[in-house]
Amino acid sequence: MSGRETPSGSDVESGPESDPEPVAEPESTANTDPATDAASTTDAPSHEDGIRQGHTTRSLRRRIELTGIALTGAVAALLIGFLLIDWLRHYPLAGLHPSIESVYTTTGIGPAAELLFEQVLIAGMWLDYVLGSNLFQHAFVWRQVATGILVGIVAPLVGTYLVHRQMALIGETLAHTAFAGIAVGILITGLTGWDGSLLLVALVVSVLGALGVQWLTEHTSTYGDVPIAIMLTGSFAVGTLLISWSRDIVAIPVDIEEFLFGSLSVVTAGGARLMAILTVAVVAVVAVTYKQLLFITFDEQAARVAQLDVTRYNTLLVVMTAVVVVGAIQVLGVILVAGMLVIPVAAASQVAQSFRETLYLSILFGELSIVAGFAFAFSQSLPTGGSIIVAAIGIYLLAILVSDRAGAAISMH
Amino acid sequence: MSSVVDCHGVSFAYGEQPAVSDVSLTVEQGDFLGLIGPNGSGKTTLLHLMLGLLSPDEGSVELFGQPVDDFDQGNRIGYVSQQATSRGGTMPVTVRECVRMGRFAHAGHARLSAEDEAIAEKALETVGITDLADQRVNELSGGQRQRAYIARALASEADLLALDEPTVGVDAESRDAFYQLLESLNDDGIAIILIEHDIGVVTDRADRIACINTELYHHGDTESFVESDALSEAYGATGTVVHHHH
Repeated sequence: MSGRETPSGSDVESGPESDPEPVAEPESTANTDPATDAASTTDAPSHEDGIRQGHTTRSLRRRIELTGIALTGAVAALLIGFLLIDWLRHYPLAGLHPSIESVYTTTGIGPAAELLFEQVLIAGMWLDYVLGSNLFQHAFVWRQVATGILVGIVAPLVGTYLVHRQMALIGETLAHTAFAGIAVGILITGLTGWDGSLLLVALVVSVLGALGVQWLTEHTSTYGDVPIAIMLTGSFAVGTLLISWSRDIVAIPVDIEEFLFGSLSVVTAGGARLMAILTVAVVAVVAVTYKQLLFITFDEQAARVAQLDVTRYNTLLVVMTAVVVVGAIQVLGVILVAGMLVIPVAAASQVAQSFRETLYLSILFGELSIVAGFAFAFSQSLPTGGSIIVAAIGIYLLAILVSDRAGAAISMH
Repeated sequence: MSSVVDCHGVSFAYGEQPAVSDVSLTVEQGDFLGLIGPNGSGKTTLLHLMLGLLSPDEGSVELFGQPVDDFDQGNRIGYVSQQATSRGGTMPVTVRECVRMGRFAHAGHARLSAEDEAIAEKALETVGITDLADQRVNELSGGQRQRAYIARALASEADLLALDEPTVGVDAESRDAFYQLLESLNDDGIAIILIEHDIGVVTDRADRIACINTELYHHGDTESFVESDALSEAYGATGTVVHHHH
């Protein structure tokens, strides 16, 4: 499911001139670059060979990328499945009406979910036995991993559009708005004894913040960074005020630092579930609006002339960003969440040949960063957020080294 | 049969600064209109008003017989903006991806059909860049890049091509080829509105001229424009042509 986020996948198949010969040099993907082109035009036959080889390596590259995306999608689907049984085993909504509870017992869904859940943890024990670790036998680790893998899909997915709209910092802004939301949640909890999810409040406030930024940019200069800076500092200011204020009234039940830097213990069952729902929603929306978002990103004026409702798609993109940011805060923390929207995309833009490839590579680089970051954080007992971002930057630097168009891919004005 | 574009007494100001003042003009089907005027004369503003990118303070604009605010046939217009407004210079988008955008207004939220793709391929062929289809737009030369944008406009099977200084930064040879392409498209019945700073090019190619400097100084066929004083009036007493590069 998650592997199918891009609808018009017609150019996924290898091109008409793809060559059946085996590939000699996987590294020669840069054949189409002007510099190497110019070098090989001195000798016509070798230029032809170069083009053919370029096609071959490109189709191999495509196959590897698609395999990676399919794998990511499959893993994500399995992990969403895990979160689903984790939910079902508690007989959700059963308290509302006796008939709902009887659905679980008569159909056997409830007991089956419990059984499956235990099997996962037993498999986790075996995994721990093999790895010599003490992680995968615990449900909270699985929730954390599931949340991370899902963040690795949706953050770069939305980020690809943001980076190329030159809205890289909007993620940072909305993360700070979400922080204000968490502060509001803490205050509500303290004042009313409400025990709902802080993330849910953060989600609402962050979406409102997104609409606010959108309104500001439309009523001032277009996507200047001034509204973004105002919103960023403004919401953080409100957040700190609210937290200090509620500290005087009630004992704050949560560690703010965990929200700032991301932590294992922030991911609750509810938070992971929220991430699963957000992922399905965001992937579905991008699948449906892939073309429109691409068009407004590439040439907003031409998109307007083609009668696309640019304002609507801009709003959609910003709201999706808010949603993704709130989900990702659990793993990355308020301060670092923007990195996951930007860094994998920057790395992918260095080496990708097309926009579709940029999307695929962004997600793959995102997942690599998540997996490497988790491995490092788990093994060293360090925060996940910092580990993931450092891993992502490592991949970015590698991408610059590999690419011979360093610095040309993304320039800001 | 309705006109392609119909402007009635259109005025537009940026704050207190009038950019376009009381302009009325029509573009008929099959017209090749050259829109000229000195630097900062409101050419681009007028084009944006015609395309509905801006709403006039006064007056009205109709596109294909529909008031521009209600206009919903985005697939009938192909637009090539000034290069600076597109991300083509930085974004990793291939020529083929760019040209396929011309079909997006037709496809809506559905996948592009095989027919859409065939039309995009044909557009690539028409402008002669099929061999560049898999290259990134930002790896092309200025002339090649403009061809990609023209191909995108063609792929939309538009009845009107609107071009805003399409040849800035394009070498002379590619420019000639580019204008030949425009002429042959116009011969096929596509209406063209062209903003161009090189008046020579416009008078050679366009069959109608609109010369503006906030106000409309001339609107008519090219011969009458060449014989009139509109050029020197619009460009000031010296009549020198200001070459402007954005």
